[in-house]
Amino acid sequence: MKLKQLSVFLENKPGQLTIPCKALADADINITTLSLADTHQFGILRLLIREHERAKKVLEEAGCVVNITEVVAIDVPDRPGGLAEVLEVIEAGGINLEYMYAFTYRKRNEALMIFRFENPDAAVELLQNKGFKVVGGEELSRRVDE
Amino acid sequence: MKSEIENRFWDHASETMSAGLLRALQLERLRSQTQLAATVPYYKDAFAKAGFSPDNIKTLDDLRRMPITTKADLREQYPLKMLAVSRDKIQRIHGSSGTTGKPTFVAYTPDDMEIWSDLVARFLVAGGLRPEHLVQVAFGYGLFTGGFGLHYGIEKVGASIVPAAAGNTPRQLMLMKDLETDVLICTPSYALNIAESAKAAGIKPDELPLKFAHFGGEPWTEDMRLQIDAELGIMAFNNYGLSEVIGPGVSGECLYRDGMHVQEDHFIVECLAPDTLEPVAPGESGELVFTSLTKQAMPIIRYRTRDIARLYPEPCPCGRVGVRMSRVIGRTDDMLILRGVNVFPSQVEEALLRVEGIAPHYMIEVDRPKQLDEVTVKVEVSPDSFSDKLSVMQEMHDRIDREIQTVTGIRMKVELVKPQTLERFIGKATRVIDHRLERRGKTE
Repeated sequence: MKLKQLSVFLENKPGQLTIPCKALADADINITTLSLADTHQFGILRLLIREHERAKKVLEEAGCVVNITEVVAIDVPDRPGGLAEVLEVIEAGGINLEYMYAFTYRKRNEALMIFRFENPDAAVELLQNKGFKVVGGEELSRRVDE
Repeated sequence: MKSEIENRFWDHASETMSAGLLRALQLERLRSQTQLAATVPYYKDAFAKAGFSPDNIKTLDDLRRMPITTKADLREQYPLKMLAVSRDKIQRIHGSSGTTGKPTFVAYTPDDMEIWSDLVARFLVAGGLRPEHLVQVAFGYGLFTGGFGLHYGIEKVGASIVPAAAGNTPRQLMLMKDLETDVLICTPSYALNIAESAKAAGIKPDELPLKFAHFGGEPWTEDMRLQIDAELGIMAFNNYGLSEVIGPGVSGECLYRDGMHVQEDHFIVECLAPDTLEPVAPGESGELVFTSLTKQAMPIIRYRTRDIARLYPEPCPCGRVGVRMSRVIGRTDDMLILRGVNVFPSQVEEALLRVEGIAPHYMIEVDRPKQLDEVTVKVEVSPDSFSDKLSVMQEMHDRIDREIQTVTGIRMKVELVKPQTLERFIGKATRVIDHRLERRGKTE
């Protein structure tokens, strides 16, 4: 149920984001979603890509430092307090959340949150037990293709 | 400004003795200095290996038979194995930074301190210092020989001192204006920094009470002197020294500001080709090598300074007998002088090795966009050390920053870069790009 996320190191200078994006474009690889984290010294680009293994190779050939981590995608009820409910469960379960970012689709009117947990397996089990919808790779692809 | 300064002497007899007398004095002192050196186990061995005996010195040319001493040799004698006196005879210990993060210590007996202060007094008086002046010392006070070395020389002359120490530029300006400082002592780059702050505060050069300044501790250029002279409304003098030889006081300029007079009654200077260690032709540039003649605590024989300069023996209109040396125009090793602090690229490497997961691929870029040296260390991120978590990467960055400061003593800007972006070297690596040299232009 977990997703593979690619992270790419970005130097803090102009044009650095273009390099990985161009490399993926040239290889005809589509980015499902991305999130960018940065300080004034460097940045980290996080990517969800269906063909993550090929993408990693392409990025490395373009000179990027890449690593793969597992993240969890969860359907978040699209109403006030929807995210808070998920977070309360996570907190009550004693699971460390490293970071998260939101993801919306073109055709669906709902939000998917991508979570990076210290222990993704425990998080998946807990959230499923509490009735949250964890979205796996295949379903994510299906939704994106809709 | 120049007209205000007369050609005066601190020790007229010593500074203007005839060349013949000077050589005779040097020979006599060289004999006793090498005899003292031979009591140090390090020199006893080194003399034996070189087949040299202090007892057969016939002429000053015999110096050429003596072994060379390097910084590495001194480092191996850490901390105080170069002492030629017992420890209870020592009045002072100073130190300079080295490649290992540990200083190289130098020691002084009370007599050494007297001579050192006298030598500093000589160049200060040659460059205008009088007992009625107030001197602001903006050198670091500490192990660095600059602060205390100048301090004692100024006291010797009988002038007044504000021991402001380095840093806190607005306060330097306040002290200068409110106390009416006549003379400024610091590194030339810090003087430019002070000038810049004065300008920013709307203080015009003629509103500053400063008359002149003595700068040392790092190489600088004639262009910088012109700039400092104009921006501070002063006459800036250059002086040279290094702790291994004595500290400041090895040489300094007179009012003609055309080369620094080496205090030849206390040091013999040679100018050698760095590769062959043969003397260069007169007036050519080479590596300066110094031999002390009167030191008690730590005699030093043929010390390779790694500093490249020229010697010019033509007599100076001021009447001083000592040979003049040019500004230092380069180094024969990769040592950098950053904000007056000696830094070796290997120290940066050592700092990086302390951080797990960091490959020691790095590049040091030095620039002086305004007044202060700015140093950037570019470090490659390896796939092993890269994390998708910002906090992990930030911690790694900050850790590198701290380690570099711990090892080198100065703050450098750390820039993480992608792997394989830094040039790979075949053979000897060039880890440093010094943009300051381009800014200096052609002027030596």
